[in-house]
Amino acid sequence: MNEQLLHILPLLVTLINFYILASRRLLACVEAVALQGALIAFLPLLLHGTSAHAVVIAGGAFLLKGIIIPLLLIRAMRRLGIAREIESLIGFVPTMVIGVAITAVAFLCADVLPLAAQHYQSLVVPTALATMSCGLLLIITRRKALTQVLGYLVLENGIYIFGTLLSEALPLMVEAGVLLDLLVTVFIMGIVLHQIKREFATLDTSPLTELKE
Amino acid sequence: MAMACIVGAALLLLVSGTPGLVFSRRSNYSERISVALVALAALYGVGGCVSLLLGGQAQQLVVAGYLPIGALVLRADAVAVVFLLPIFVISLCGALYGLRYWPQRQQPRNGRKLRLCYGILAGSMALVVLAADAVLFIVVWEMMAVAGYFLITTEDDKAAVRQAGYVYIVATHLGTAALLVMFILLEQMGGSLVFPAMHSLVATPLAGVVFVLALFGFGSKAGLMPLHLWLPGGHGSAPAHVSAILSGVMIKTGIYGLVRVSGFFVAPPPWWGWLLLVMGVVSAVMGVVFAIAQHDIKRLLAYHSVENIGIIAMGLGLALLGRSYHLPVLAALGLAGALLHVVNHSLFKSLLFYCAGAVIHATGTQEIDRYGGLIKTMPKTALLFVGAAVAICGLPPLNGFVSEWFIYLGFFRAVQHSSIAVTLSALLAPALALVGGLAVACFVKVFGITFLGAPRSRQAGDGHEAAALMLWPMAFIMLVCVLIGVMPVLVKALLGPALAAWGIDAVTLPQMFAHARLDAVGGCAAALLALVLLVAGGLRWQRRRHVQQRGATWGCGYQFATARIQYTASSFAELLVGMFSWGLLPHREQPRINGVLPEPTAFCSHTPDVVLDRLVLPAASRFAAACATVRHYLQHGILGIYILYMAAALALLLVVAGGW
Repeated sequence: MNEQLLHILPLLVTLINFYILASRRLLACVEAVALQGALIAFLPLLLHGTSAHAVVIAGGAFLLKGIIIPLLLIRAMRRLGIAREIESLIGFVPTMVIGVAITAVAFLCADVLPLAAQHYQSLVVPTALATMSCGLLLIITRRKALTQVLGYLVLENGIYIFGTLLSEALPLMVEAGVLLDLLVTVFIMGIVLHQIKREFATLDTSPLTELKE
Repeated sequence: MAMACIVGAALLLLVSGTPGLVFSRRSNYSERISVALVALAALYGVGGCVSLLLGGQAQQLVVAGYLPIGALVLRADAVAVVFLLPIFVISLCGALYGLRYWPQRQQPRNGRKLRLCYGILAGSMALVVLAADAVLFIVVWEMMAVAGYFLITTEDDKAAVRQAGYVYIVATHLGTAALLVMFILLEQMGGSLVFPAMHSLVATPLAGVVFVLALFGFGSKAGLMPLHLWLPGGHGSAPAHVSAILSGVMIKTGIYGLVRVSGFFVAPPPWWGWLLLVMGVVSAVMGVVFAIAQHDIKRLLAYHSVENIGIIAMGLGLALLGRSYHLPVLAALGLAGALLHVVNHSLFKSLLFYCAGAVIHATGTQEIDRYGGLIKTMPKTALLFVGAAVAICGLPPLNGFVSEWFIYLGFFRAVQHSSIAVTLSALLAPALALVGGLAVACFVKVFGITFLGAPRSRQAGDGHEAAALMLWPMAFIMLVCVLIGVMPVLVKALLGPALAAWGIDAVTLPQMFAHARLDAVGGCAAALLALVLLVAGGLRWQRRRHVQQRGATWGCGYQFATARIQYTASSFAELLVGMFSWGLLPHREQPRINGVLPEPTAFCSHTPDVVLDRLVLPAASRFAAACATVRHYLQHGILGIYILYMAAALALLLVVAGGW
């Protein structure tokens, strides 16, 4: 059961990556990110069994990534009145193709990394790499500031996946600190979004280029 | 004992400016204390040098490692003494001169900074010459460079001064970069950061790289021709006594480095000597030609430094050729000429800058074309200027002739050799003669326009003689110049040990001095000096006996002559500048004059530095523009692309750290 779930979960996470890359509707994106967060919250339990440590981490991650942050983002979307991503820098289809390509590279190259012996041939490492690069891709290619926040969350999810491999070794305080950082970052980004909206009457980041010298 | 004196003197010089830090801006106690410290240091230093020469043995001091860089090695030999003596003497003369030229009370803004950096410059120069390991050398070399920068930018409220300081700091750091690489290569060849003994390294092809790097690094400090970028602006901007120590002493540390590094190798390949000889000839000829074309008295003197560094490089080149072809007498003559010219140039160039400073102090301008008739108000300065000019032109009976005599003899020696390659070098002897001739023309121009004729501006007419405290150091230097010129036998005591320390053997030395016939040279010089004094005295007596009829200078009988009908600096130099316009590329604004009664019009000419103003600065601004274009593409303000840069940099670091 555990083994099978450990095979299915990373694949689901990767599929959600593609969904977020291809989706034009922001609400769907936020929901997908919430689903991804909720799914990966269970990874520590699958990897390390139901120890108290793992349960606390999983519970905290589920609460933050699956519920609180998505709710914050949906509230921000409602208040700012946005629903769709406009045409991004390089279009949705090319973004999707690049996303597939870097995912393939991540799966091919994961075992080249100097990993601990038990992590070779695992699906977790390439999924973490693929999720991080997809998050980065979102940040780079999308023009709405809100989508860039989503990209940041996906990137963070990737880092979390990588971190779960170590969560036996990592103290609880560090994990909790990382989750708290994430929450604060989303708060700050929410404030920044609001300011951008007020200043430029749009959430498009391209007017920000006027700030260069 | 001697070593302790010299090192102590260097350290004393280093801190001589610090009293200014605790005294008030307006108080003149600090400058007196610092001059006293410099005087004490000079006394100790000269005493140490003399006792070292008398002892005849090189002395070494090892400061064992409190520092992470290991032990510091200081070493004083006779070659170092040749450079140390001017450092101590000229520092003292400059400090005394500065007491009246740049008094704290009149320059409260920068007087203390000037004295602090003056002390650091003098002290670090002495340590550069003493340093015998690469780490200490580079450290004190940089201290010297930075102190020089703050001295050049003493009047940092002027834009032109800041510009000159910028050029200097860039040039000197390019040189230091070359030196760093050179010392690393030397360490690989010799196996230690401590300097190898003289003649201990074999001249492998890698040694050629070392020599070229040394030539670049030390040459840019010394001001060999294509590397002289910072000299005209730097010497033109600093206060006169600072220009004197920069031009007279500091640039010689570059020569010291070349002498030292070239001495490490056994039998250097001939191209070293040839390269140095050719660069020397280019520097000497073009330096003096550029000097002729200048209108600013200090820029003019700076170009004369380029010329004299060229003469020194010619001597050193001959010495290296002598070593390559195993002609010890040629090597001894060349090196003797080079080292003696180092001492001589430090004397007469400082004197010239002091005279220029006195003139600038009296008139408030550096433009030669605004002077005129100053001999009437400042006769003593004028007399000292003539003396220094005779010396720098290499004319007997003064000291400049003696050092050039050695180099001429070297060329003549080369002619007699059977090998055609050596004989060819003698073809460059006429270049030295040409340089002498052009220098005479240049100083006739400077002296004529500055001191003779009628005043061209109100300030020139109201000039005043330099203060006694300024005149005394000048007179002392003049006296030393005359002494070396009339009694060149004296320099044997200095040059003999120095040549021996560079590796000229004991058989060659007396042979070389016999060849040079210094006693005869001295006798002729003394006779000539006596003749000149006799004629001058006779003329003076005649003038007193007969009633003089006074008229306007250049009046030619015309009653209403004005100062403006006199020759100007441009018009006097017109012929020579025209002859050398292929190299000078002078800039002229010359309107056409039409008709019988033309409109009022204006003419102006100036000669920018070919290397700096026509080559390096335009190339640098092109490069900057190209970089700006690239930056324009990279720096577009799109946030996503910036994140991509960061991601790419991270990925690259990961790849590098992974060692793939």
